[in-house]
Parts: sequence; structure tokens; C-alpha cells
Amino acid sequence: MAVAAGKAKLDARALRADFPIFEQQIHGKPLAFLDSAASSQKPRQMLEAMTEFYSTSYANVHRGVYVLAERATAALEGAREKVRAFVNAPDVREIIFVRNATEAINLVAYSWGLNNLGPGDLVVVTELEHHSNFVPWQYIAGRVGAELALIPLTEEGELDLSSLPEIARKGNIKVVATNQVSNSLGTINPVERLVTWAHEQGAIFVCDAAQSAPHMTVDVQALGADFVAISGHKMCGPSGVGALWGRSEHLLAMEPFLTGGHMISSVRADKTTWGELPHKFEAGTAPMAEAVGLGAAIDYLNAAGLDAIHDHEQELAAYALGRLADVPGITLYGPPAERRAGIVSFNIEGIHPHDVAQILDMQGVAIRAGHHCCQPLMQKLGVAATNRASFYLYTVREEIDQLVDGLAAVHKVFA
Amino acid sequence: MNEFDQMYREVILDHYKNPRGHGTIEGADAEAEGQNPLCGDEVSIYVAFGEDGETIDEVKFSGRGCAISQAATSMLMEMVQGRTATEVSVLEKDELLEEIGIPLTPVRLKCAMLGLTTLKVALHKAKGTPLPQGLAGFDELELI
Repeated sequence: MAVAAGKAKLDARALRADFPIFEQQIHGKPLAFLDSAASSQKPRQMLEAMTEFYSTSYANVHRGVYVLAERATAALEGAREKVRAFVNAPDVREIIFVRNATEAINLVAYSWGLNNLGPGDLVVVTELEHHSNFVPWQYIAGRVGAELALIPLTEEGELDLSSLPEIARKGNIKVVATNQVSNSLGTINPVERLVTWAHEQGAIFVCDAAQSAPHMTVDVQALGADFVAISGHKMCGPSGVGALWGRSEHLLAMEPFLTGGHMISSVRADKTTWGELPHKFEAGTAPMAEAVGLGAAIDYLNAAGLDAIHDHEQELAAYALGRLADVPGITLYGPPAERRAGIVSFNIEGIHPHDVAQILDMQGVAIRAGHHCCQPLMQKLGVAATNRASFYLYTVREEIDQLVDGLAAVHKVFA
Repeated sequence: MNEFDQMYREVILDHYKNPRGHGTIEGADAEAEGQNPLCGDEVSIYVAFGEDGETIDEVKFSGRGCAISQAATSMLMEMVQGRTATEVSVLEKDELLEEIGIPLTPVRLKCAMLGLTTLKVALHKAKGTPLPQGLAGFDELELI
């Protein structure tokens, strides 16, 4: 790859050829897939890695002494190392495979929260959270008698950090949990600053990186967080696998989340002792092929370059915001392009998002219409739902043009 | 005619833009509110019975949501006027679907059925009869 002026630019058109999904038409039109924030499409390289694993190396991991079991174990542990390097974790034993980011956060909420939270304690989340980083904390806080506080939003859809001193006066802050990038508005949150504030309060910081890790470099050591959750299916990997990184000092002190096979050291009729990290948190047969797929997805993203992906998406966001601003009756939500990821939420006056998305679908344009698992945010915005277009490394400008043309057709139907 | 024209055919858009029976009834004999949290559709339905305490004398709805949910509820208002509570409380959904007359995906079916399901809840509540099993298929709807 030719590198000019220091940084390689992403060639989305070339990468797009790696994704078989684009080889079809939808309702006779080229597919404009603008819903990568919900789940990304899959490159052939990732699909082939999973097929290869199933075809040549498949057996249950960690137990068998035969060659296939050894190959499968090496593949799973190789994938764990790829995740470690991807988030720059200090120790591979701190990488725990889970089903998705939701499960990762539930693991922390249950295993850490049930033993460390109580009456008078405060869990701080934000108005921007996905339900995955909101509901587990609300639920666990409710069970132990702790309170939930929300960092509010500014008019531009960014966290209002001037509210922090007031929140700190409400109680004994034990957990601060926020996303790094909002799945609804695309806001990039100042996580490093929030981590510093959390630690000043004596709290742990839990970072939901499901929407950031696919699109920008996530370095857990640079962030300084205590736990970071990522999701495989949003980053070119398969569904059914994600990862939790946690500081080993916390993970060692925590009770297990799920119990059963594989996570034990010894089991007797009167007592069971837990296995070492990461196995203590990986009860049952692991998502082996899925982890291998995630490893291949990480290789794919690294080859494209996370910085190049981020720049490409910010360019697309700026282009989309510019073109959408001219659409009659549109309301755009969220911060300016330079402070957001490749996500654009909007409403068209007088036309419900479901109708907008349905008419766009007929023109081959896939966007998300709904509350995006962010009902507290929708309440804040005073709407039931929004339309959301989101971009990835395979997104090209023509897809945004197709969206804008599609919106003209929406207006025509409802004229 | 393509699928797109069918779903947003003129009669649907007409009911959406000029909903029949839109409004509320003060002191209604039966009322209920339904929401589809998947997309934020909301419908409230109000029924006034005739002197027999059985015939639907007047029926109105209020709410907001997508064209399909609001148009289907508007059509429903015309369909049930003058019929009995007993009859409407077990109305087959196919009767409404025939009236709507457009192909609906499973997600949009929930939008289309919101009004009918809410009306049935209102009638059962007013009559003190248990909700039929058929409504269990709409777990995603929040019925108040």
C-alpha cells in the first residue's frame, strides 16, 4: 500500500469487493447499507477463517489430548491474543470472551456490582447510553439499594461535564459507566477525562466500546479504564462473540458470573474452587469458531488501518450532514462532524421514521428507524424514534447520495 | 404496481392524512391505551355504547405514529361503528387486514394491529371479560 504524506487513505471501493453482501440488488436497486452501527457486514476473509476452522481444526478446546483439540485450543487462544493486542491490554489473561458487549457489562454489573455496591452508593451513567450499559446498572443498583444518576446532555448531544460536581454531591460514586461513542448520535465522548474524574471519586470506570472499537483505535491502557466491553458483530466479526477486558486486580477479586463447566479448579460435593483467569469467567464451551472469526476480523481491520477507517467515516459524516441539511423538513441530531463518528440521526417533519425507512428500503437503502435501544435519549430529544444512517469502512458516497434521493421519494409519497 | 406503491396506496395515505373518528369521548364507556415500544406508535381508543349497553354507538381514537398504524386504526373506526361489543371483541384480524388490503411485513403487521388490539382490550375491560389468548401474540405491545 502506497503511503503518502504519512498516512494511508482508505480505499473503500476496493474493500467493498471483499464483502459478498454487496453482490446483490435489493428491490432491483444497488444495496446502500447504512446500518453498520446496528451490525456490520462481513468480509470474505472472516467467513473463510471460520469455515477453515470448522473444516480442519474443529474439536472442543482445552480438554482433549488429540491433535484436533490442540489445534482448536491454539486457534481460540490465538484469537484471544489478537483481541489483547487490538485493545493493547497488558495481559492476555485479562481478555474474557463473552457473547456480546451486553453480556460483558452484565458480567461486571453482577460480579463486581453485587459485592461492591450498597445503599448510599451511586452508579453514574449518561443520557446517551445504549440500554446495554444502562439497564444492567439500573437493575443491579435497584437490587442492592444503590442510586442511579445520569450525566445530562447539551443541546448538541454531548455530555454536559459542568454537571459533574453536582452529581458528585449526590452520593458515594462507586461506578461510572459510559460509552466511548454513542450509537444514536455518533457523539465521541471524552472518556479519558471521565476516567480521571471517576478515579478521583474513588469509582471504577466501565467503558462500553461496542461502537468505538470497530471504528477507531481503542487503547485500554491509554484510556485508563477499569473495564472495556467490545462486540464482535459490529466490527466485521460474527455474531455471538464479544470480549471484556478488565484489570486483573478486579477480575481476581470478583466472584464468577456464570458457573459450570470449564470455569472450575476443583469440584467436590461440599465445595468448588474457581479456575484461573480468564477461565473463571468462561463457563461452558466457548464460542470457538466465533472467536476465530473475530480474530480474522481484527486482522482485516488492522490491515485497513483503524486511523484510516476513522478518517474515512468522519469524511462521510461531514458529507452526509452537508447533503442532508438541504432536505426539506429535516431535523439533524448530534454534534458537528468533527466531533462525531460515522453516525447521523435525523427526523423528517410529519413523517414517522418507520414510514421513512420503509420507503427507503424499496429503493435499496437500509437505514435504522426506531429508538436504537436508547429510550432515555429519545425522551430527552422529545421524540419517539429517529432515522439513523451509519457508515463503515465499506461505505461509499454514492450510498449517501442514494439516501438523499430516497428521501425525495419519501416526500413525494407523503406530499 | 410495485410493492412500494401498494403499501402506501392512496386509501392508506388518505386515512393517514384525514383520519376518521379522530378525537376523544368524554366519559367513555370503554377506553384503553396501546403502545408499540418498538417504534413508538401510540393509540388511545374511546367507545360509547348505545342504550342497550352493547352496540358501539360512537368510537374515537387519538394517538401518533406511523402511517400504517394510524391509517389502520382510522379504517377500524369505520368498520366497527354500529356493531356489538361482543362481536368486535372477538373480531378476526383478517377482517381488518382485508380492509387495509396491502402486503405487510411482520414488523409492520404489529403497527397495523395496534388499534384493533387496543380496542379489544378496551371492550374486554368494560365488559369484565378475560382477554382472549389471541392477544398473547402481541407481547411487544404495551397495553394499559
